[in-house]
Amino acid sequence: MKQATTSSPVNPVYRKRLMAHRVGIALSVLAMSVGLLVLAWILVTLAVKGFGALNLHLFTQPTPSPGSEGGGVSNAILGSLMIVGLSTLVSTPIGILAGIYLAEYGEENKIASLTRFVTDIMLSAPSIVIGMFVWALYVATVNHYSGYAGSLALALIAIPVVVRTTDNMLRLVPNSLLEAAFALGAPRWKVAMLVRLRAVKAGVITGVLLAVARISGETAPLLFTALNNQFFSADMNRPIANLPVVIYGFAMSPYDNWRELAWGGALLVTFSVLALNIISRTLFSQKVPN
Amino acid sequence: MQASTAQASAAEHAALRALQRTMRNQRIQDFIFHKTTMLFALSVLAVLLGIIISLVVGAWPAFKEFGPGFITTVEWDPVNEKYGAAIAIVGTLATSGIALLIAFPVSFGIALFLTEICPAGLRRPLGTAVELLAGVPSIIYGMWGLFVFAPLFGDYVQPLLKNTLGHLPIIGQFFSGPTMGIGILTAALILAVMIIPFISSVMRDVFEIVPAVLKESAYGLGCTRWEVVRKIVLPYTKTGVVGGVMLGLGRALGETMAVTFVIGNANKLSWSLFAAGNSIASTLANEFAEADTPLHTSSLFALALILFIITFIVLSSAKLMLASMSRKEGVK
Repeated sequence: MKQATTSSPVNPVYRKRLMAHRVGIALSVLAMSVGLLVLAWILVTLAVKGFGALNLHLFTQPTPSPGSEGGGVSNAILGSLMIVGLSTLVSTPIGILAGIYLAEYGEENKIASLTRFVTDIMLSAPSIVIGMFVWALYVATVNHYSGYAGSLALALIAIPVVVRTTDNMLRLVPNSLLEAAFALGAPRWKVAMLVRLRAVKAGVITGVLLAVARISGETAPLLFTALNNQFFSADMNRPIANLPVVIYGFAMSPYDNWRELAWGGALLVTFSVLALNIISRTLFSQKVPN
Repeated sequence: MQASTAQASAAEHAALRALQRTMRNQRIQDFIFHKTTMLFALSVLAVLLGIIISLVVGAWPAFKEFGPGFITTVEWDPVNEKYGAAIAIVGTLATSGIALLIAFPVSFGIALFLTEICPAGLRRPLGTAVELLAGVPSIIYGMWGLFVFAPLFGDYVQPLLKNTLGHLPIIGQFFSGPTMGIGILTAALILAVMIIPFISSVMRDVFEIVPAVLKESAYGLGCTRWEVVRKIVLPYTKTGVVGGVMLGLGRALGETMAVTFVIGNANKLSWSLFAAGNSIASTLANEFAEADTPLHTSSLFALALILFIITFIVLSSAKLMLASMSRKEGVK
């Protein structure tokens, strides 16, 4: 790009090459701007359409019945917090322990490499299929939809995220640190839990936050598991309202106030998810082990 | 003298035994630790196995009823209990395929921009911004697609396409029919936006492992930056780039909510990309909760099994390609 501005070359071959270069670079800049523009467009849309619904009622009132005025999404907020909270509680220890196994014993055996492979696939597996799996496993057995089923489905989606980041982070720990601990006579489990895991605490927390961000916006697996509930309910053993499914139902509804609530909910979900993403990124960038 | 030696050796003996005991305990602890963590790692495998088994069991009645013809049958008629997967499979492959065609060049451009053109200070914020596109929940893409993007697309872009490409001999039929805004093409465009961050982030990672010496040699020979990327970086990272594209494809195939909002949810096949259709995932999202006959539920499980197998194959090959790419990095 620099040499282009200085003088116009006479050699036709060189001119052609320069032309290709300029077109290529221009297209690349264009691609980048398209990406940023779409992100901005979505965020602005959410801000404009969701802002009208963003008032105290959104947080304090439950979802309105058909035809009635006003209302909020307090029951869905509570339900989402409970479902996501429970699945985080379940998936964090499972994911971290499985990640420790991969990092500790992963170089040595086939089970670990197979697990790593499967984890990577599950990271991108269609979430609706996981919802159907939980439906077949749990909902069809107990014969009713429930918040627990929703939590289970989300936990299955979160676990691979935690496993993957824990594994990656642990493998960044320098060997000298582990060797020092072994030289002091520490058993392997102490080295793994008290030295290795502790050294990358921030990275592992990042993984958990990313998993929470990932499952907070998931809708498809909740459609046949947690379902929805029009009323204020904190009973996890019953169908329970949650933001994604409420947004889905309300966005497709014919009522104006429902649609407005859907945009309000969408604004809430998106900005919390993006905030989680940004927080986890900054958290990790500060404490990368070297 | 003798007594004190005996005493000392007895003390030594006791110390040795204590040490042995500690070591044995530690071995037991390590054994328990090994097996416990292994159990959790195996649970990931068990989930995959469980998913496959439950899908096969759920799909069994449908495959028994319709046979392998289920995959090629075009009819999907819950009223008359006739089910075939062709519409959903074609819809899934068409939307994902078109999405890839659009997402690949854009992702390449973004990766190129972030690795070669962007000023160092902007690299991180811009990279994060693109990755935030991956963080936006799928349902938000659906709402934005249906209420904001589709009306504009139907009013301005589709008529334009119809009046230009629509008159061409063979591809014209892809761009014909009513311009409603929603449909296969809209779903593909939204999918493209959704997978761009995944593909471009993989491309960025693999572009960065190209040895500096290679690039510098090319620059030294007088190559332009575009030529370096096109003729050095891209060939060197070919496997990784294809892996990234496959990863994006895997994502696109299983994407549910965004597609459900904008694809139109019509169980018919049409040559027109403007027409409403259905993908496997959108069919599942729309019909599963309301399926009231066992055969309907089972047919939906059969669809899910097909989707899972396709994504599994695509993602496995992506993974294998990326693994061979990271081996290359090791060799460097």
